Amino acid sequence: MTALMRRLRHELFATPADGLITLVLLTLIGAGGAGFLHWAFRQAQWAVVRVNSTLFAVGRYPIEQQWRIWLLTALLAVATGITWGMLRAHPRPDRGGELWPRNDRIASALLLLLALLLPLALALTWAIQLRWWLITAALLLARWLAGRFGPLLPPLAKRLLPLGLPLLYLLGMVLIHGGLGLVNVPSSEWGGLLLTLLEASFAILLCFPLGVLLALGRRSELPLLRWGSVLYIEFIRGAPLITLLFLGQNMLGFLLPGGLAPERVWRAAWVLTLFAAAYLAEAVRSGLAAVPRGQLEAARSLGMSLPQAFASVVLPQALRVALPSMVGQFISLLQDTTLLSLIGLMELLGTARTVMANPAFLGRNAEVYFTLAVLFWCCCAALGLGSRALERRLDPAALARSG
Amino acid sequence: MPPSAPLQPGGGSPTAIAVPPEQAVVPWWRDRRVVPWLVQGAVVLTVLLLIAFLLSNLIRNLTAAGLLLSWSWLGQPAGFDIAETILPFQASDPYWRGLLAGLVNTLRVVVTALVGSTLLGTLLGMASFSGNGLLRGLTRVYVEVVRNIPLLLQLVFWYFVVFLALPNGRAALQLPGLVLAKSGLYLAGFGDGFRWLGPQLINGVWQAPIRFSVEFAALLTGLVAYSSAFIAEVVRGGIAAVAKGQWEAASSLGLSWLQTLRRVVLPQALRVIVPGLNTQYISLAKNSSLAVAVGYTDLYSVAETTLNQTGRAVEVVLFLLGAYLAIDLFISVLMNGLNHLVQIRER
Repeated sequence: MTALMRRLRHELFATPADGLITLVLLTLIGAGGAGFLHWAFRQAQWAVVRVNSTLFAVGRYPIEQQWRIWLLTALLAVATGITWGMLRAHPRPDRGGELWPRNDRIASALLLLLALLLPLALALTWAIQLRWWLITAALLLARWLAGRFGPLLPPLAKRLLPLGLPLLYLLGMVLIHGGLGLVNVPSSEWGGLLLTLLEASFAILLCFPLGVLLALGRRSELPLLRWGSVLYIEFIRGAPLITLLFLGQNMLGFLLPGGLAPERVWRAAWVLTLFAAAYLAEAVRSGLAAVPRGQLEAARSLGMSLPQAFASVVLPQALRVALPSMVGQFISLLQDTTLLSLIGLMELLGTARTVMANPAFLGRNAEVYFTLAVLFWCCCAALGLGSRALERRLDPAALARSG
Repeated sequence: MPPSAPLQPGGGSPTAIAVPPEQAVVPWWRDRRVVPWLVQGAVVLTVLLLIAFLLSNLIRNLTAAGLLLSWSWLGQPAGFDIAETILPFQASDPYWRGLLAGLVNTLRVVVTALVGSTLLGTLLGMASFSGNGLLRGLTRVYVEVVRNIPLLLQLVFWYFVVFLALPNGRAALQLPGLVLAKSGLYLAGFGDGFRWLGPQLINGVWQAPIRFSVEFAALLTGLVAYSSAFIAEVVRGGIAAVAKGQWEAASSLGLSWLQTLRRVVLPQALRVIVPGLNTQYISLAKNSSLAVAVGYTDLYSVAETTLNQTGRAVEVVLFLLGAYLAIDLFISVLMNGLNHLVQIRER
């Protein structure tokens, strides 16, 4: 206790000036916090979020087809649970093979709390609340099963399991879009968080291979490839995203033969992909620069072909170095999806605009923007946390200890 | 050529038959002098074919729509008004003047936000090395909150929630020499005849020598708040790159915390900070195009209106891309010059 007091004193009241700063800051924090609490509990009318929660989640997706989104959410939850459990079951040096380490217990408790409180706060109907509980239960159950029985699987099954994730993505596309016997839901009816996540995940998945190729092209010894990559990267990085989206919406129709131009949602997704690839290429390039030349030369002198040497020696090291800045790019890509609202797509911010244009919710901007800000903050912070965890996991020192 | 002479790889002529197997001619598809050019040729050919395909479509479609590339429409009267300009502009002026006025508006907000975010960002970056734990923590919280929320969301928040909720008339926010009302931001300045004039309420309407619209104020606030968080990180990285011994040496000479920063640490940190600032300034310039969301008429917003009126998609997009590229290049050139100034000269 005295140690804590001494530390507080040292940190906050070391000199008279420090003490003054601390007092001023504490007053400001107190006033700001009180003002915020007063607004949140007294003035704010959260009905605008409560009533429109479906709109924010999936936009104008037809009600009778929404079971497909529920199914997709449940599948994603199970896949998350299995991945989580399999990762934990994998032995690691810095963890004593525990199935439920402390962080996981905290995460599970938070998840349960969220699943219980959030639907309640949104005043969803009991049937929908029950679905959220079941989905959460499925996630935790899958995590337990995978952690408990995952290691017993034959090695081949363990190696094939990750293939399930791309399959799940394709299945998700089919579920959202229709086809294979499902009714077609036109992309103009997708919206809200569904559209935001769809655009972001599409762009993140596709910009990655493109970005790596561009980065390799930029560092290539072949002059035409190098100059081509430089030209593309610098052209894209010189233009604001909004002008490129504008270009995509207004000029793509002229650039492709009539009728071939994709729908607005996909045009935007492709522009986002091509945009993000240029930025990702720069991140990967810095990673490539960090790998000593000797690595490539050693791999070549072992008789590996150039593609082999890059795929199994240079790129794994480069991507590990580039990981933090790559995730940084993914985070800004997720944030950039809000720009789609400016070209008339109904992603989260676009949905918010239509909601606030409704006379019943006029002037309820603060509530809606606050909710969106919390949502985005949580998504971006989660990506950042995941990246840091992955960095620790791929740290060569830690890998060396585990042997 | 004697048969025993070693053959150069790739010099394979059809007559070279009498060669021992270990000195066999390298086939052309494995020749290090041929393959790279083949690869390049294939890639370039693909790209050129793609571009040719797109261009031919473009020309065919534009011809069909009667919109072949032409710049004569720039001289026609624009027919729209711009609310707030430095360059005088009215609806009867030609399009090119409108686009120019938009460009000047963009430059105005970029330059102001650049100065503001540099000041705030440097202060924040310095504060993250303060001895006061609370100040450090608050800086951290500010940076983490601002960087993880989309800029567009922050801009509409500042505009719709903060600035449009301001009261008008007598109830406006008043400080000496500064009035913030829903109708705009009023600053004291030199009025007619070089008299120092503060904001005055005349018939329920504020009047002042300097007036900014709330759109401009909201955009500026949002851009400064957002960019300063990124600049704070750049400054923090730069300060962290200065060896710890420099701090200790300075304080053992009796310099205070602020003196140490100003005289010893920051001058050394600048060479790390300036390249990072370059990136941030360029993204600030590009981010200013989000002005359209808060109703400030910048370059992008004028271009959008122009496109909607004339249908000249290609010309407008080319102009937009060219203008932003020019701004970026200008910033880069300036910052590279600055970078040369702050580099440590060893002798």
